[in-house]
Amino acid sequence: MTTAGLTAAEMARALRRGDVTPRELLDDARAQVSRLDGSLNAFLARTDELADRQALRAAEMLSADAESAGPLCGIPVALKDVLCVDGYPTTAGSRILEGFRPPYTATAVQRLLDAGALPVGKTNCDEFAMGSSTENSAFGPVGNPWDIERVPGGSSGGSAAAVGAGMVPISYGSDTGGSIRQPASLCGVVGFKPTYGRVSRYGLIAFASSLDQVGPFALSVEDAANGYVAVAGHDPSDSTSLPDHVDDPVSVLRHGVNGLRLGVPREYMGEGLDPGVRERVTEAIAVLEGLGAVVQEVSLPSTDLGLSTYYIIAPAECSSNLARYDGIRFGRRVERPTVTDTMMSTREEGFGHEVKRRVMLGTYALSSGYYDAYYRRAQKVRTLIAREFDAVFETVDALVCPTSPKVAFTMGAIQNPIEMYLNDALTIPVNLAGLPGISVPCGFSDGLPVGLQVIAPRLGDARVFQVAAAYEQATDWHSRRAPIVAAA
Amino acid sequence: MPLSPEEVAHVAVLARLGLSDEERRRIGAELDLILEHISRLQRADVSEVPETAQVGNLVNVWRDDEPGPSLGQEQALAAAPNTDGRYFRVGAIQE
Amino acid sequence: MTTQAAANRVAAGYEAVIGLEVHAQLLTRSKMFCPCSAAYTQASPNGNTCPVCLGMPGVLPVINRQAVAMTVRTALALNCEIPAYTKFDRKNYFYPDLPKGYQITQYDLPLSLNGNLEFVVDGERTRCGITRVHLEEDTGTMQHAGHVLQEATSSLVDLNRAGVPLMEIVGEPDLRSADAAREYLVRLRQILMYIGVNDGNLEQGSLRCDANVSVRRLGATELGTKVEVKNMNSFRAVHRAIGFELERQVGVLEQGGTLVQETRGWVETRGATLSQRSKEMAHDYRYFPEPDLPPLQLGRDLVDEIRAAIPELPQARAARFSEQYGLSAYDASVLTATRPDADAYEALVSAGVTAKIAANWQMGDVAALANEHRLALADSGLGVTGLAALLMLLETGAINGPTAKELLAELYVNGGDAAAVVSERGLRRLSDESALAAVVDEVITANQKACDDFRAGKTQALRSLVGQVMKATGGRADAALVNTLLRERLSG
Ligand SMILES: [Mg+2]
Ligand SMILES: [Zn+2]
Repeated sequence: MTTAGLTAAEMARALRRGDVTPRELLDDARAQVSRLDGSLNAFLARTDELADRQALRAAEMLSADAESAGPLCGIPVALKDVLCVDGYPTTAGSRILEGFRPPYTATAVQRLLDAGALPVGKTNCDEFAMGSSTENSAFGPVGNPWDIERVPGGSSGGSAAAVGAGMVPISYGSDTGGSIRQPASLCGVVGFKPTYGRVSRYGLIAFASSLDQVGPFALSVEDAANGYVAVAGHDPSDSTSLPDHVDDPVSVLRHGVNGLRLGVPREYMGEGLDPGVRERVTEAIAVLEGLGAVVQEVSLPSTDLGLSTYYIIAPAECSSNLARYDGIRFGRRVERPTVTDTMMSTREEGFGHEVKRRVMLGTYALSSGYYDAYYRRAQKVRTLIAREFDAVFETVDALVCPTSPKVAFTMGAIQNPIEMYLNDALTIPVNLAGLPGISVPCGFSDGLPVGLQVIAPRLGDARVFQVAAAYEQATDWHSRRAPIVAAA
Repeated sequence: MPLSPEEVAHVAVLARLGLSDEERRRIGAELDLILEHISRLQRADVSEVPETAQVGNLVNVWRDDEPGPSLGQEQALAAAPNTDGRYFRVGAIQE
Repeated sequence: MTTQAAANRVAAGYEAVIGLEVHAQLLTRSKMFCPCSAAYTQASPNGNTCPVCLGMPGVLPVINRQAVAMTVRTALALNCEIPAYTKFDRKNYFYPDLPKGYQITQYDLPLSLNGNLEFVVDGERTRCGITRVHLEEDTGTMQHAGHVLQEATSSLVDLNRAGVPLMEIVGEPDLRSADAAREYLVRLRQILMYIGVNDGNLEQGSLRCDANVSVRRLGATELGTKVEVKNMNSFRAVHRAIGFELERQVGVLEQGGTLVQETRGWVETRGATLSQRSKEMAHDYRYFPEPDLPPLQLGRDLVDEIRAAIPELPQARAARFSEQYGLSAYDASVLTATRPDADAYEALVSAGVTAKIAANWQMGDVAALANEHRLALADSGLGVTGLAALLMLLETGAINGPTAKELLAELYVNGGDAAAVVSERGLRRLSDESALAAVVDEVITANQKACDDFRAGKTQALRSLVGQVMKATGGRADAALVNTLLRERLSG
């Protein structure tokens, strides 16, 4: 019988009982990938030699001292293709990086290797993490494990699908405006976006530097907590990495929510929400209330400015971050007689439409004459949004709300960019303020997963896990698996 | 105020982004749509509000002046599409 | 009119308005934002690079603390204010020598502001304002096939220099002649080298200078059309280029023409500035705060700590030299031209050498030898202490001038202990009267003709007789004593 679909915690126990070896877990993961990825397209590259080496390393670590070996030792994981791994293809879902192999490894990935994790491969994503459906990948869309015809969300759709399809129990993505939480919601898995600065960005291919954070996908809150701890902590190679001590989220998983003050932001339950999503989230909040949480409605008046603020700041930063893709030092190049024409043609053929649109938007927002009206103003509204969160957290310990206004939609269904961007309306403000947020499964609408979002103040990462765990323990949504996981 | 085709073309050159006429038209229209939505930012009263460029509240993050290893020539050029084995090669600078 | 002449005076009725923008590489050990060596010239092309300075996907910069400290040191030496809060920004533009497609620099909140530099131009005390001193990263370098950018069909990129800490020192347009511009640069370079932040090499470009040059009718208050002059890699080039440009601009205006705001490059071989404008698109750098780097808040303590470590600056030191050692203003400025020179001088004096003697020898024979052998005193076989010992032999009368001169020339190259050489070769000065008297008498008997001439009033004949005695004693005789002995006998 296969281990595919087990949680990392279950695998870890099996490893320590000696029921299974890292090698066998790796083989099961690969079998599941081979069986399902033809239709899901969750992976862009396999990291086989690395995983094989890690399987041996993990076996040694476990036999040497099973107790001090961490919870990810011997556990198969998947990495969004924006995380650099020395010597392995890293494309960020873009043609412009086709064939590129970085000469170094991201700090977060290095920590996973040191923890004995087994990286199965690099997962598909929207090009340079720009999107909410993974339809912007240059290497084809990803199917949602619950309905192959539908999107897994994005931009970390491959990582979400890989966990949702039981290929790996834990995977990693990056979240700039919801790119971990929204696909987690649409794929019925747990997805966590840490406080900005908690996980090193060194080796994470940048989309929007002041918003990007690396975080885990998992089948359970406990696995997500362990997946987070494995990569969190200060890194001198990332000047925005926080030196503060990382509170242990695992130790609070059973603390419950009795007496905890939970706020429900009125603006997050407003129009634009699928009725099914509203119902599931309302029920979920009732469950938390039943567990003793003190629930109250709160207001974040500038919420409707979040999207606009984000679509100035993120494109502005990306227009600069993507300037290095000029065809000179690495990646794709379209040869032309002059340097300028070479750069223009290289970027014309190398970038997809969404990336071009955002680079254009960001370049325009920063260009002379428009900076004050757009970029500077957006930076000020960003302050407003952050202050509103600060004010709300004076009266509540955490916020609970929907992760995504929609359940997974059919591929190609959304063509209008604004309509697409609205999928992140409820996750974006969290990035703008640099807060920790999690999406945890809270039921289904029309047979498709719905996610509950929990948001806490800066460095309140542990509290996010505490609330999510309490809800998970009171429900059994997390134990539901997409039919394809077991289908043989 | 929608972007003129000239503005779109100018921004594309600033961004070194080659665009077909069709793409230029399409992106121009999409930018108009997005900027229209974004225009709501102008309504916010931010007269007294400072700008936020970063949310980490960090200052004076620096390293000691210690030299470390470099990649070396071979590794540095390994991923480059066009080199002469020692340098990155590019076309004419002047148009 | 020659450019030299133009340099010194703008045509009647016009005033020159010149401001210099200087870029100086900092003498740190590592680059600005990565651990690669800042000494990039020895490495093979692109060998001195890492993922960070190559601008690879996913890399991040980390500020070099020492580069910040050196910039503050420079700013304080130039009397700048150090704001409490400063940050880095991105300057966005595409060029093959700029790996990330943006330069990390400082835009609206630089490390320092409002300084000034004082110097003297033909006898006149002059002060030039310093707008700002800020910190940024250097670009890579390029070689253009055929060496002429305009004709090159391909270019080669070397990123060894990319990311080296670079200080930009922006001067106010307070300079009124090419002479003033050159003197400003000379003094600025001297200070940068004194405080140990830059090696002052204009030829190799570790110190670079661009000039904003314009002319206006005397009495006019608004500025004329500004032209930016580049590619000047020597003091002479700066002087000639600005002189030429002033002459050219006046010429255009005199012929009723109008000037275009443009960038012009100095072409040494043609002795002219040529327009560099090409079909390139308008610049729009789209500055915005660098999101990968938290801002800096340099507290009082840190700034005071840096200020306290600044050595005595050349002008102050020259003033003290003339005051303390009774040197002429000229001698004092020559002896303080570089820090090693000034240190050497003070070492000689504190070793007991008379201030005047030390000055004469250091500015005379020692300077000549240093020049002849392209070898600084400190690196010479003699060294500063060796020189001090040698001059002390002279001071105490153990050897005479000519002997000291010969020994200096010999030991400067070969090294060795002066005192030892003197005793083993018996070079001590001959001042024993009885011994000298014998030699003097021999010379007199052997040169009756000269003696008669002297007696007949041809006083210069005495010099040849003294020469004979010196010759006979191998140059060791006490010249003064020889003189007296001869006079006694010949007038006897
Ligand atoms: Mg500069
Ligand atoms: Zn480097």
